[in-house]
Amino acid sequence: MSRRLVIVGASLAGLRAAEGARKAGFDGEVTLIGAEQHLPYDRPPLSKKYLTGDGAADFYRAEADLRAELDLRLSTTATSLHPDEHVVTTSEGNISYDALVIATGAAARSLPGVADSSRVLTLRTLDDADRLRAHIRPGARVVVVGGGFIGAEIASSAQQIGAQATIVEAARVPLVRAVGEMVGETLSQLHARNGVRLLTETSVLDCIETAFVQEIHLSSGEVLPADVVVIGVGAAPATEWLRGSGVELDPIDGGVVCDAFLRTSVPDVYAAGDVAHWPNGLLDVTMRLENWTNAAEQAGRAGANAADPENAVAYETVPYFWSEWYGQRIQFVGTPMADRVEFLEGEREEDRFVALYTTGDRVVGAATLNQPRKIMKLRRLISERGGPAAAQTIIDDGQSAATGATP
Amino acid sequence: MVTLKLEVDRGRCTGIGICESFAPDRFEVDDDGTLLVRGGELVGDAEREEIERAVDGCPAAALRLVEGVS
Repeated sequence: MSRRLVIVGASLAGLRAAEGARKAGFDGEVTLIGAEQHLPYDRPPLSKKYLTGDGAADFYRAEADLRAELDLRLSTTATSLHPDEHVVTTSEGNISYDALVIATGAAARSLPGVADSSRVLTLRTLDDADRLRAHIRPGARVVVVGGGFIGAEIASSAQQIGAQATIVEAARVPLVRAVGEMVGETLSQLHARNGVRLLTETSVLDCIETAFVQEIHLSSGEVLPADVVVIGVGAAPATEWLRGSGVELDPIDGGVVCDAFLRTSVPDVYAAGDVAHWPNGLLDVTMRLENWTNAAEQAGRAGANAADPENAVAYETVPYFWSEWYGQRIQFVGTPMADRVEFLEGEREEDRFVALYTTGDRVVGAATLNQPRKIMKLRRLISERGGPAAAQTIIDDGQSAATGATP
Repeated sequence: MVTLKLEVDRGRCTGIGICESFAPDRFEVDDDGTLLVRGGELVGDAEREEIERAVDGCPAAALRLVEGVS
């Protein structure tokens, strides 16, 4: 009898899980369930060029091609999982599975005490981006709550099209969890240099809707008028539907706990993408990543492992994400959890640097601003467990000491 | 004989560099973010797997492997 693989979540990770299963030789039925009405689309542009332009979303695959390969169920929300029966319950009824991949991603967090309204928005989905795009116009006053990557990208996009953006950040330094304090502080200086006001150690006390504007009352006593408010205070794994199922969830953020092979705590159920915690053998750290690169690579592996469990392969990676603010490219590889962080090239005030994260004799991370030639060589170096001296060689001349590549 | 050719869509490439981390002998992002491709467009059997990873890994969908007959 033909096996059925069910993938819950039809964004990048869900799609890559399906492709990974096929590549691993799976010839049974693949059912891909997505809560949104849209075909799988690319999310990174939603805070960048989709927001500043009037173009269409970037859909990964044409509908006919996708439906020829798998059973696609859009506008379908998974509501509970029953591992003993191998059944997932959805808004459209029960679906049985032989193997299942959880790829439900993460949902934007809201700000406690601040209700969403037509002028208080979050940005996660294409529908969110459509609402936000309608508000961000030349001259509009945009207040972004949260100085993380999404918040910074939205502020940058707003400024690019002639809106006036202000970022309100509760912490003293933004981005500490993503890149550490030193690099976070250096990157946050880009805002002022590009005409965007960044208020740190400032929280939102209240957000009052008046006839024409949203009044944001800050802990500093200042009141900011805004035509639109964007809440960019992070995302939480979308795992409410798994509560009580027996799938082990992280006690802090509710993400799905996986082993090195991306298997969850219940048989035949795997997880990948923004939702999954797993021990990354390459850096000896258990992590959960919210970035494009990981969703693509990890889900391909989860799909292959679900399709062919006897030949399952552990997933390990050197994490990589990028961002773009004010036309400047920020790139990060590895982990910010390190004993030491130092800037090896460039003054911190300049719009170009390499920062290296080391633990003991090993380079575990690197952050660059406008150094696209160096970052991937450092990614390889980290995967080969290289040390600071080899990193210095890469930084000095742009050559890869590890691979001997020549220009 | 069936051959595999690598195609780069320069209009889509944004120099994110994931290809370089999989196949550094073939791809390198330059200081200004331009992608350099070495070794011509034909893809040999020995490098096929890493080039496939580069194609799959491209966040801009700027790389393609195309089958041809020579």
